[in-house]
Amino acid sequence: MPQVNMTVNGKPASGDVEGRTLLVEFLRETLDLTGTHVGCDTSQCGACVVHVDGKAVKACTMFAAEADGAEVLTIEGVAAPDGTLDPVQEAFHQHHGLQCGFCTPGMVMSAKALLAENPTPTEAEVRDYLEGNICRCTGYHNIVKAIMAASGQDVSKIAAE
Amino acid sequence: MYAFDIERPTTLADAVKLLAASDENQALGGGQTLIPTLKQRLAMPEVLVSLTAIDEIKGISEDDEGRLCIGAATTHAEVAAGAGKYPALAALAGNIGDPAVRNRGTIGGSLANNDPSACYPAAALGSGAIIVTNTREIAADDYFEGMFATVLDEGEIITEVKFPVPEKAAYMKFEQPASRFALVGAFVAKYADGVRVAVTGASEEGVFRWSEAEAALGSNFSPDAIERLSLSGDGMISDLHGSGEYRAHLVGVMTKRAVAAAG
Ligand SMILES: Cc1cc2nc3c(=O)[nH]c(=O)nc-3n(C[C@H](O)[C@H](O)[C@H](O)COP(=O)(O)OP(=O)(O)OC[C@H]3O[C@@H](n4cnc5c(N)ncnc54)[C@H](O)[C@@H]3O)c2cc1C
Ligand code: FES
Ligand code: FES
Repeated sequence: MPQVNMTVNGKPASGDVEGRTLLVEFLRETLDLTGTHVGCDTSQCGACVVHVDGKAVKACTMFAAEADGAEVLTIEGVAAPDGTLDPVQEAFHQHHGLQCGFCTPGMVMSAKALLAENPTPTEAEVRDYLEGNICRCTGYHNIVKAIMAASGQDVSKIAAE
Repeated sequence: MYAFDIERPTTLADAVKLLAASDENQALGGGQTLIPTLKQRLAMPEVLVSLTAIDEIKGISEDDEGRLCIGAATTHAEVAAGAGKYPALAALAGNIGDPAVRNRGTIGGSLANNDPSACYPAAALGSGAIIVTNTREIAADDYFEGMFATVLDEGEIITEVKFPVPEKAAYMKFEQPASRFALVGAFVAKYADGVRVAVTGASEEGVFRWSEAEAALGSNFSPDAIERLSLSGDGMISDLHGSGEYRAHLVGVMTKRAVAAAG
């Protein structure tokens, strides 16, 4: 089996993979990074979103072999090493942006990709960007609110609490 | 998925060689269609030849004739951000699927796949684009052969797509809300020598040109010009999302909206 080498959350990571090994399988099963979730495995739900070379991708729809040499960021690498939450994580916490939490790793990774591209998105832009992230619990309002808050905008008038 | 190997060549020549080595070898673009297909065991390649590490088939440039040339392995997100010279095309790319799909999916993969509800086939046909492969140049009018079918030979790789830039153009997609593909999409482009209208999502034959609308818009580029035209529901896709008659009606609505949006 060929070996892949990549940087995951700032640290070198390598392992043997089959051609068909998905990036999400490599992360969860080889590296034991189970924060990245598999909701659908059919490219629809976004629970598996991670960043590869700074871009949000569905880790269930990319082969591990294709991430050879890449920089991968997963939800485990988002908070500071001392445990201080990233502003997006903190905002999800403050604004009740999750219920069961299953979609949350993907939501946070998508939100971080959005804010990197567009630091002060409108509510419509946030909703549009989350097109590929499905949440079965929250009804999205507080997720949108959390992301707007993480961008430093006043969210007192946005959506429902 | 069945087991297979992955190769990641860095030159087009190596990719062509790897694909020629066996009929069971298949190209891998962004994988946004192929990986779900493999998961359903609807394909059984021996070797997947990834095209994503080949720099020579990536990127956006302009040729001497002013055409916008897009490398086949250029992602939807890169086209959305980099095809400013052809705003309707950039907007179409920026509306495919969702951001994560756009960061992996490629124009070459979309045109090779020719899903009857995909967006790029409408842009290519509606612009009279040239599809360049490792062996030849194919006019969009000769390229599409019905649902999921094209004139590409086994092992033939799309390397680039050349788009003549129109005076004005727009794409309007009526989204199938679950898949985000087009339930019906209309691409309208006005060139100095005429108007082209390409429709995706509607016909059982895949993307097609609506010639009556092209003729009407050629003499009067306004939504009124096609007000009275109608298409029959015969031969239109009929499924749980909409009947053939419904789709035929939507073709008129989306074409009018595209003309209005093109201005
Ligand atoms: C959730 C979701 C939503 C989507 N929404 C839309 C949408 O709204 N509109 C839309 O148009 N599409 C949509 N798509 C499809 C998406 O655009 C795919 O990226 C595209 O259809 C295939 O491109 P790919 O690069 O991922 O190709 P792959 O999946 O890698 O390959 C597809 C096929 O093309 C072949 N191939 C790939 N590249 C080449 C090449 N250069 N030369 C020859 N053959 C090649 C492969 O062998 C395979 O048969 C969606 C996909 C998903 C998962
Ligand atoms: S698990 Fe990857 S999109 Fe649902
Ligand atoms: S919080 Fe439960 S799926 Fe989103």
